[in-house]
Amino acid sequence: MGIKEFCFKKSLWVFHLSAGSCNNCDIEILDLLTPRYDVERFGMKLVGSIRHADVLLVTGIVTNKTKPRVLEVYEQAPKPIIVIAVGACPCTGGIFASGYNFAGPLDKVIPVDAYIPGCPPKPEAMLAGIMKLLSPPAPQQNKA
Amino acid sequence: MGIEIFYFLIFPGLLFSGIIGGLISWVDRKITARVQFREGPPLFQPLYDVVKLLGKETIVPLHGSVTTFILAPVFALFGAAISAVFILLPVLGLETGFAGDIIVIVYLLNIPSFTYIMGALASGNPLAAVGASREMKLILSYEMPFLLVLIAIIIKSGMTISLSQIIAYQAANGAFIGSLSGIIGFITVLMCIQAKMGLIPFDMAEGEGEICDGVIIEFSGSILAFFKLTKYMMFFALPALVTGLFFGGLSLSGINILWSILKVFVVVLLMTLLRNTNPRVRIEQAMKFFWLWMNLFAVISIVLALLGI
Repeated sequence: MGIKEFCFKKSLWVFHLSAGSCNNCDIEILDLLTPRYDVERFGMKLVGSIRHADVLLVTGIVTNKTKPRVLEVYEQAPKPIIVIAVGACPCTGGIFASGYNFAGPLDKVIPVDAYIPGCPPKPEAMLAGIMKLLSPPAPQQNKA
Repeated sequence: MGIEIFYFLIFPGLLFSGIIGGLISWVDRKITARVQFREGPPLFQPLYDVVKLLGKETIVPLHGSVTTFILAPVFALFGAAISAVFILLPVLGLETGFAGDIIVIVYLLNIPSFTYIMGALASGNPLAAVGASREMKLILSYEMPFLLVLIAIIIKSGMTISLSQIIAYQAANGAFIGSLSGIIGFITVLMCIQAKMGLIPFDMAEGEGEICDGVIIEFSGSILAFFKLTKYMMFFALPALVTGLFFGGLSLSGINILWSILKVFVVVLLMTLLRNTNPRVRIEQAMKFFWLWMNLFAVISIVLALLGI
């Protein structure tokens, strides 16, 4: 692992994009900044502009109206960028999967690196998901 | 010629002030975290941030002036480095500087702020334009009390306009913070450098909440890393200037180094606590604060200095 990847993993700046969520996942994301969870000890922080971001957190179902916006925000982001789908809605569609304005789960629109399901997912689940994404995969052991 | 390049690039300039400034910015973030009962970032966090940003893609806006946009962070970095050199050489006692260098320092300290404005306006983003106009009004506000306090210090030190002679005067007659006019001037300068650094009571140019980082909204990748490095250097250069003006300068010889670290740390601690215990004010409140109250404080300081108190 080179110094570039190491520093990238140690300093993730998160941009939060709501593609039409019910605000529940968003509040759980803000919980990560509170003293109880404190993601700043891993070097993460929320940034206000997509130009500074290393991680794109997407919450809520991608509707026909928000799909072009999600694509535009993804194209504006400086690469490399990690896309994380937070909550049941961007992962699968959730209870809105048969809605008339549902434009498909998030991985039909932009490439997704990690899925964190739950309605809403707990802050521990989000931390565990990001840590699993960043830590190198454990060697696969063949079961005899 | 060689020694000047060494001064600029290595010892008090780019490398040294960048490293110490990164440490100070870590101290600032750690104290902020402890004030909010959090754990806080690890020690090498500023280094991780800068190296990560240097390795990211740099996006240039389509509707904007590309040359100005890319050159603004470079000039900000060089302005911060050269002001760090001009401040730290007399403050650390390495060289005596020249007569009138305090006036040069006042001009050089403005270069980063002006390049913020130029870069923001060159990016063509409306939110960046709002941030740039706020930064401009902020410069108009804090420059006058800063200059008035410098006049008070020049009067107190017997009409010398050289930073090393001001420090030598304090070494002979006691630090200026020990007098009433010095205390009033110190409060004023603390507010001014808080606004120069863009820390929280006066961070309306970079308001995260409403204008999404304001002046630096369009910067990404390595040019954003240059702005971050500029912030780190100013975080060392401005407290060092304050220690030179009020606490009698720094020293690197023997046990004095601990005393020097304590002096810088006290100024940084005051700035950080001020930042953590205050909400952001609106731009017109900030202008009123500086033009009315801080100018009044500075004039009182000048009058007291003329009376010799």
